Amino acid sequence: MKKFKKKATEKAMFDLDRWQEIFQTISKNKLRTLLSGFTIAFAILLFTLLFGIGNGLKHTFEKQFAGDSQNSIYIRSGNTTKPYKGLQSGRQIQFRNDDSKFINEKFEDDIQFFSPNIERFAQASYKGEQNQYTVRGVYPDYLPLESAVIEKGRFLSVLDIKNKVKAIAIGRLVEKDLFGNLSALGKNIVLDGLSYKVVGVFSDPGGDNDERFIYAPFTTLQGIYMPNDELDRFGLTFNPKLSNDEAIAFSNLLTQVLKEKHKVDPRDQSAIRVQNYAEGAKNVQQFMGVLNIIILFIGIGTLIAGVIGISNIMVYIVKERTKELGIRKALGATPNSIIGMIMMESIFITALAGYTGLLIGVFALKGLGDSLEKYFILNPSVETYVVVGATIVLIVAGTIAGYIPAKRAASIKPIVALNDE
Amino acid sequence: MIKIEKLHKSYPIGKGSLHVLKGLDLHIKEGEFVSIMGSSGSGKSTLLNIVGLLDNHDTGNYYLNGQLIENLDEKKAAILRNKFLGFVFQSFNLINYKSALENVALPLYYQGIGRKERNKIALQYLDKVGIKDRAEHLPSELSGGEKQRVAIARALVTNPKVVLADEPTGALDSATTHSVMELLKEINREGMTVFVITHEEDVAAETDRIVRLKDGIIISDEKVQKKSNRKSYV
Repeated sequence: MKKFKKKATEKAMFDLDRWQEIFQTISKNKLRTLLSGFTIAFAILLFTLLFGIGNGLKHTFEKQFAGDSQNSIYIRSGNTTKPYKGLQSGRQIQFRNDDSKFINEKFEDDIQFFSPNIERFAQASYKGEQNQYTVRGVYPDYLPLESAVIEKGRFLSVLDIKNKVKAIAIGRLVEKDLFGNLSALGKNIVLDGLSYKVVGVFSDPGGDNDERFIYAPFTTLQGIYMPNDELDRFGLTFNPKLSNDEAIAFSNLLTQVLKEKHKVDPRDQSAIRVQNYAEGAKNVQQFMGVLNIIILFIGIGTLIAGVIGISNIMVYIVKERTKELGIRKALGATPNSIIGMIMMESIFITALAGYTGLLIGVFALKGLGDSLEKYFILNPSVETYVVVGATIVLIVAGTIAGYIPAKRAASIKPIVALNDE
Repeated sequence: MIKIEKLHKSYPIGKGSLHVLKGLDLHIKEGEFVSIMGSSGSGKSTLLNIVGLLDNHDTGNYYLNGQLIENLDEKKAAILRNKFLGFVFQSFNLINYKSALENVALPLYYQGIGRKERNKIALQYLDKVGIKDRAEHLPSELSGGEKQRVAIARALVTNPKVVLADEPTGALDSATTHSVMELLKEINREGMTVFVITHEEDVAAETDRIVRLKDGIIISDEKVQKKSNRKSYV
């Protein structure tokens, strides 16, 4: 007897016997099992589908509206804010041509496209029509950097750079402003009193602003606007083969070596600013943010519905089993063994059903594929960790939802439970 | 085996309370076959629940197997019930999705005995109560008498000190009643203390000692005389 008692209190969670008891309860009460399993599976299924469709919308948006190349980095200079190595703060950092060379040589493998940049606001006129535009002196590489596309003619060439030619590529809207419906190709535009020949017209998915730029050879503008070999900023795209983490590491390293070169305190945030795509495309990000919040709300909403569902069912199940639990208690079940039994059942059913719902959802999304593209849903899919996370949330919820009524049931006096009909 | 001194119990009803047991004194020795008689409301079920550790008393002393029962938490009560007590209820209280054998084996599960072993023991007890051939049947496939036999086998399977039977024949016809009482008598003859609650005179008459309860007080406590005469007919 004594031996038995000791064993009973030491019954472990992974006792095979205990699982057999639970499997029996589950399999002999199919309706109950189905009911709770269905709620969980359905919640996870809905979660996966809604989340996936939300992601599909996001994918469409990313494809349609992303302005600049996704992997672009812009580097600007400013004034130092911290004294460093005996140099006072407030010193202006000026990029020069040797910085161009330095970056290009040092990061040859990591850089895909690279262009130094000079930017001026210039008065442009053509036969009496005039307007102010941003003129940028760039390398030919700048076109893919902006994700711009040549509509007519060509972009700036290496020869234009070499020979400091007064050639320009203008945005679609510049052409419209100054030439109306006529073609600007081959015409001369006067910028700040100097005449440039239009060699190409480009469009840019980045929107109206980006289509009111004028691009000129970097060397040409440097010679006109800048003393010596000074320049304003750099634009580059990193090697798309880099993973996200590698790209961040690259951008950090780039900042670090530039700060070193210009004797800037590593903590100085304003002297050399490396700006990634996220900042460059703030509007896009904001919209995406809103979309993400909507998706998150959908997800949380479905999860809450699932949690409430499983909670209700657990309360019902425990209520329905009150008498059985009373019998078990009369026969020697301790309160803990009752709580353990109900919770393990609950966790088992939730996990299994959650996994089923997850699988169905993921396969359904795969099946949908791009068939909903005309409804702006592109490649609906869910990250594995999101669904697994959601399933875990439901399991935890099911556990808590099972624990509270189980605890109550375990504390009911057996005689009360036995009289329950 | 069971010793009760000045036992009081009342239940709250609305704002007031109902005084059900008003100072009971009762001593049941090992091997006795006792029945508690009383009409409904006499407090007999309350007494059985307290004796069975299914409910706790307000004041007075209760000794089970020489052990004073006080400040019992649910866990200790569950272990004591499992170790010392076997229950037989009027409504059988079998678990409806478990077979007869599994129902009988359940108390052994809570003692931590392995599946094979407990099924073996359970089958022995089903044999003892005469329904070994019904072992794999669900309660819904058994007659009332068979259900009560399963319940008795379940009460006996842990080899308890006392079998507590609450109106064990209340849901049975007279022929089945008689055979169930015969079974309880036989168990008693083997040395088990049996404690029966009933409101039927002829059921009580089959026991060795009748304690009559009225309004929470024992009004009589006497040995049954004719038992030896009857026995010769059995």
